[in-house]
Amino acid sequence: MEAIILQILNGLDKGSAYALIALGLTLIFGTLGVVNFAHGALFMIGAFCAVTLSRILTLSHTIVDETRTDFLGNPLKVEVPYVHDIFGVSTGDVIIDWAVPLSILFAIPVMIAIGIIMERGLIKHFYKRPHADQILVTFGLAIVLQEIIKYYFGANPIPTPAPDAFKGSFDFGQALGFDPNLIIYPYWRIVYFAFAMIIIGAVFAFLQFTTFGMVVRAGMADRETVQLLGINIDRRFTLMFGMAAAVAGLAGVMYTPINSPNYHMGMDFLVLSFVVVVVGGMGSLPGAVLAGFLLGVLESFASMREVLAVLPGLNQIIIYLVAIVILLTRPRGLMGRKGVMEE
Amino acid sequence: MFGLEKKDWNLLLFVAALVALAPFILNPFPENSAMAQFNAGYPDLMQRFVIFGIFAIGFNILFGLTGYLSFGHAAFLGVGSYAAIWMMKLLTMNVIPAIILSVIVAGIFSVLVGYVTLRRSGIYFSILTLAFAQMSYSLAYSVLTPITGGETGLQPKVSDPRILDGAIADGTIPKANLFGLEMGASFDLSIAGWVFTFNAGYYIAAIVMLASFYLAIRIFRSPFGLMMRAVKSNQQRMNYTGLNTKPYTLAAFVISGMYAGLAGGLMVAMDTQAGPERMFWTASGEVVLMTILGGAGTLIGPVLGAGVIKYMENILSKINSDILHGWFAFMPDGMEDFTVAILYPFIGKGWHLTLGILFMLVVIFLPGGLVEGGQRIRALFGRGKAEDKPSTEPAE
Repeated sequence: MEAIILQILNGLDKGSAYALIALGLTLIFGTLGVVNFAHGALFMIGAFCAVTLSRILTLSHTIVDETRTDFLGNPLKVEVPYVHDIFGVSTGDVIIDWAVPLSILFAIPVMIAIGIIMERGLIKHFYKRPHADQILVTFGLAIVLQEIIKYYFGANPIPTPAPDAFKGSFDFGQALGFDPNLIIYPYWRIVYFAFAMIIIGAVFAFLQFTTFGMVVRAGMADRETVQLLGINIDRRFTLMFGMAAAVAGLAGVMYTPINSPNYHMGMDFLVLSFVVVVVGGMGSLPGAVLAGFLLGVLESFASMREVLAVLPGLNQIIIYLVAIVILLTRPRGLMGRKGVMEE
Repeated sequence: MFGLEKKDWNLLLFVAALVALAPFILNPFPENSAMAQFNAGYPDLMQRFVIFGIFAIGFNILFGLTGYLSFGHAAFLGVGSYAAIWMMKLLTMNVIPAIILSVIVAGIFSVLVGYVTLRRSGIYFSILTLAFAQMSYSLAYSVLTPITGGETGLQPKVSDPRILDGAIADGTIPKANLFGLEMGASFDLSIAGWVFTFNAGYYIAAIVMLASFYLAIRIFRSPFGLMMRAVKSNQQRMNYTGLNTKPYTLAAFVISGMYAGLAGGLMVAMDTQAGPERMFWTASGEVVLMTILGGAGTLIGPVLGAGVIKYMENILSKINSDILHGWFAFMPDGMEDFTVAILYPFIGKGWHLTLGILFMLVVIFLPGGLVEGGQRIRALFGRGKAEDKPSTEPAE
């Protein structure tokens, strides 16, 4: 029992990342009909937004501290972050400590801007081209974005820690009445899961309960009719692209403490996220979220020692295996709608 | 001649001449000159040109003719490599059985994969092939270690049985050979500062490449090729006329998988090792880049694309900032630094950036690839019209 709970918990954080990326992919596909291979790169850029902000916050200048001396007897040179000068030492330290959560505020405008520039500058010209061309051009864009990040941040992973308040683990088992230390779960992963749920909830609420969302949903169902009603649906779809980029970016920002960001993390996630989208059903938002969590949890179950003893290597291939089976038995995916992407 | 029209025959002869004279063409600069680093005429790279040429020709038979975009083609290359290296370990270091087995094994594997993946089309097909390739990669990397050597891959060892080769007297690992002619054997011709290397392995690979190119021309011009183009332009209509397109697409898939296996086998023949990284999805992406860059659906395009990408990978990536400073030394100091700073991200380790930008530009402005670019330039100068080269028209 406790092993099962532990695996479900372990699967949730990865599943959250899959679900968020797949949600963005589906938003773009459902609104604009574009298969965006650069979506993983957006996830990665989000993660590097967090890196950038924490670097900005720790920008420092050197002062000479007369009260202390180094081992040669000279006055000690101390690096002082500018944040200390502005907010005082204690507040400054808190700000630096909370760099990753603060990056959310920084990442939202940046990601929306990147998304809109991408859509207006490049993807707009590909609506009438075949899907293969869309895949190819966004694939090229992903390479370019990835290489730019690699040029500025280097090829090595950059550790970006979570705030001190979230370090350590929560004894989940004890809370549920099991023995202590059986089910322990890092706090940050709980935060990540909760964050993912909030974002997913926000996106659904936005689409369901606002007029803007209603128009977008109408546009997804029948673009032409909405246009005939005198609504500029293209502008709204562009904004949705920005929003999808922001969702991917935020997923990346919050993922940095779990996995140190490197320039190819986006591609690693993208391949899996595509599988997630296909399993969930192309164009179905709830399907994408469901499949994301489902595959995350399945992957974590497949990496249990007991399972690996019977079927070695299953954890490496389980997602692809599930995708193949689903595509062959339920061609539209778990929750795919009729008439989407069918030849 | 040989069942080819005159224009196709000319194209084949042109490619043959290009390939045969490659050691001269790729070494235009004297050995000790400053430009010598742009020489691509060393055996290792020339072999890669033709081998990836074969890979791309094969990929083009699938993508260029039927329009099915496979994102997992490197799996067949990897499987072919493993088959070839096992042949070398068990039977003989002669490359012929190794290459034959690699083609057969890749063919069988592609029948299996194709049978499943071709049940879907479009983006689903791309993702299914990607899933299969990633699965093969993961398995080769982990569970199948006894067969694949896991992370380290496979190399021939002294202790291997090698039934046909007999005992080796001096205990060294024999080199891959063709009836005694070693793949690494080369002959240097030096003429007044120029050094041209003629490598046995390169010419063997080149002959195989010409044979595959000939076969590709025949496929493109056959009724079978025409049928596949029909599948590309409107599969539904083909189905409505009562024709089952599945055998045609599967045949294209298997042929293209066998080409990939052939390339994998040749890779092992030239450099006797195999590892799982050959199956990684970036390797599959590379062949897509090559084909699109050169021109999908054209005969010469994929070969051209493979050449351009491999040239960039090996030559562009070697340029470092010192060399750049050397080139722009004639400029005033500030301007020199500025120019170097602008150019630096695009060369050396950043060559992927150049590749990505080039690829995007081609997809956006030249959907027909470099071949279409060439045709447009020809049309611009008015002399040769596009009709001069029907063999290079896209298959659409």
